[in-house]
Amino acid sequence: MDLSSPAVKLTTALRTIALLLFAVLAACVSRAQESPYIVTYDHYLEEPGNLEVEYYSAFATQRGGNDFHAFWLEFEYGATAWWTTELYLDGQTTFDDSTIFTGFRLENRFRLLQHEHFINPVLYVEYEQISGADKIMKEIEGHDVESDHLDPNGLARQEHKHELELKLLLSKTFNGWNVALNPLFTKNLSPSEPWEFGYALGASRPLALKASSKRCTFCRENFVAGVEMYGGLGDAKSPGLHETSHYLAPVVAWNLPSDWTVRLSPGFGLNDNSHRLLLRWGLSHEFSGFGEMIGRLFGGRR
Amino acid sequence: MTKFNSSCRRDTLSKTLLAGLCVLGVSLAFAQTEESAATKRERSGHDYAELAKAPEKWRIKENPLATDPDAVAAGRKLFEAHCAECHGETAAGGKKGPSLRAQEVQQATPGAIFWVLTNGVVRRGMPVWSKLPEPQRWQIVTYLKSLGPPPNHNEVSK
Repeated sequence: MDLSSPAVKLTTALRTIALLLFAVLAACVSRAQESPYIVTYDHYLEEPGNLEVEYYSAFATQRGGNDFHAFWLEFEYGATAWWTTELYLDGQTTFDDSTIFTGFRLENRFRLLQHEHFINPVLYVEYEQISGADKIMKEIEGHDVESDHLDPNGLARQEHKHELELKLLLSKTFNGWNVALNPLFTKNLSPSEPWEFGYALGASRPLALKASSKRCTFCRENFVAGVEMYGGLGDAKSPGLHETSHYLAPVVAWNLPSDWTVRLSPGFGLNDNSHRLLLRWGLSHEFSGFGEMIGRLFGGRR
Repeated sequence: MTKFNSSCRRDTLSKTLLAGLCVLGVSLAFAQTEESAATKRERSGHDYAELAKAPEKWRIKENPLATDPDAVAAGRKLFEAHCAECHGETAAGGKKGPSLRAQEVQQATPGAIFWVLTNGVVRRGMPVWSKLPEPQRWQIVTYLKSLGPPPNHNEVSK
C-alpha cells in the first residue's frame, strides 16, 4: 500500500480528527438539538443571539480526473427568531493538484409565518461569489454533472460566478419525524445565463423521542438519523432531468455535549452524471448569547 | 469568463470580510433593538398573553407524561439545555425571557404551555420548539408545572 497516496492520507487524517473529537467531546453534557441534514434545510432557524460555527468536508471520487476534498466554514447567526443570517467561506483540495479558496456566500433565511402550520415555509436568499473551481456541492442545480469538476484548479478558478439563489424551505415535524422539501432557483447574474432549478428533500427522526432523566453522551435521543436526496432539474432553456445529477445520502447527527454536533453523510450518485461517492461530514458548535456578548463589548447593553 | 489575478483575489478576500462584518453588524444591531424593546416591557402581562391565545383543543389537552416518574428530571435536563439561557436557571426569569414560575404560567393548563412551547412567540424573540419531539416538550411542561411560584415572588435570576 502506498502510504503517501491521497486516500491513505485522508483516512489517517479522518481517524486522527475522529479520535481527537471523541476525546474532547465525550466528557461533556448534551445540549444541542440539531438536524442531521447537510444539504436540505428544515424550517428551524438559529436561536436569536446565538452564533453557530460549522465546518464541513466533502470528499468526492472523480472519474477521469483527480478525487477532491472540498470544505467550507459557516458562521450562522440568529439575528431574530424569524431571521437567520450566514456567511460561508469555501475551499477545496484536488489531489495531485492544489488547495485553493474558492469564494464566499451570504445567506439569509426568513420565517414567513408566526406559528407552526401544516407546512412551514421559510424563504431562503443567498448571494454567491465563487470561482468555477468551487466543489462543495452544497446544492446541485441545473445541469450540474460530475464532468464539471474535471478541469484543473488553475483553469477552473479563472471562471468567476456571481449568483443569486432562492429556495423555498418547506418543512413539517410530526410524530418525531421531520420531512423537508426545498425547491431551488438559481440565477447567474450574468444576463445571458438562464435560471437553473434543483431540489433537495429529506426525512429524519431522533432515535428516541423521550429524553432520559440522566445526563448522557450516548443516549439514543442524542442521535438523529435520516436520509436526503438532491439533484438538478435543468434550466429555463432546457428544463427536465436530462444531463442532470442526483444523489441519495443517508445522514446521521450526533448531538454532542456542550452544543457540539457531528454529522456524517455518505452520498451515492444515482445516475451516470453523478459522482460515485460523495462522503460528507461536519462539526459544529453553537455559541449561546454571542450577540449579547458582542453588544456588551460595544456598550450596547445596560 | 473573467480572469482572476492576485490583486483580484485580494480584492475578493477584502470584500468577503467587509461583507461578513456588515452582515454581522446589521444583525447585531437588529438583535439589540429587539432586546431593548424586550427590556422596556418590564416583564408586563404582555409576556404571558400568548398563553391565552392557545386554541381550545390544545388548552384541554392532558399531559400524557404528567405521572411519568422520570418526566420531571428529564424535563429539568431539557429546560437547562434549551430554556434556561433566556428564562433563567431557576425559571424565575432572565434577561430575555419572563418568569415561568409566575401565576400566569403556573395556573395555565399543561396544554396551553405545550402550545406556546411548540409555536414559540416568534415576533417577541421566542423560537418555535417543535424541533423537540412531542414527548420531550411534555417533559418540559411537567417540569415547569412541578416548580410552583418562586420562593421570593420578586426574584429574577441574574
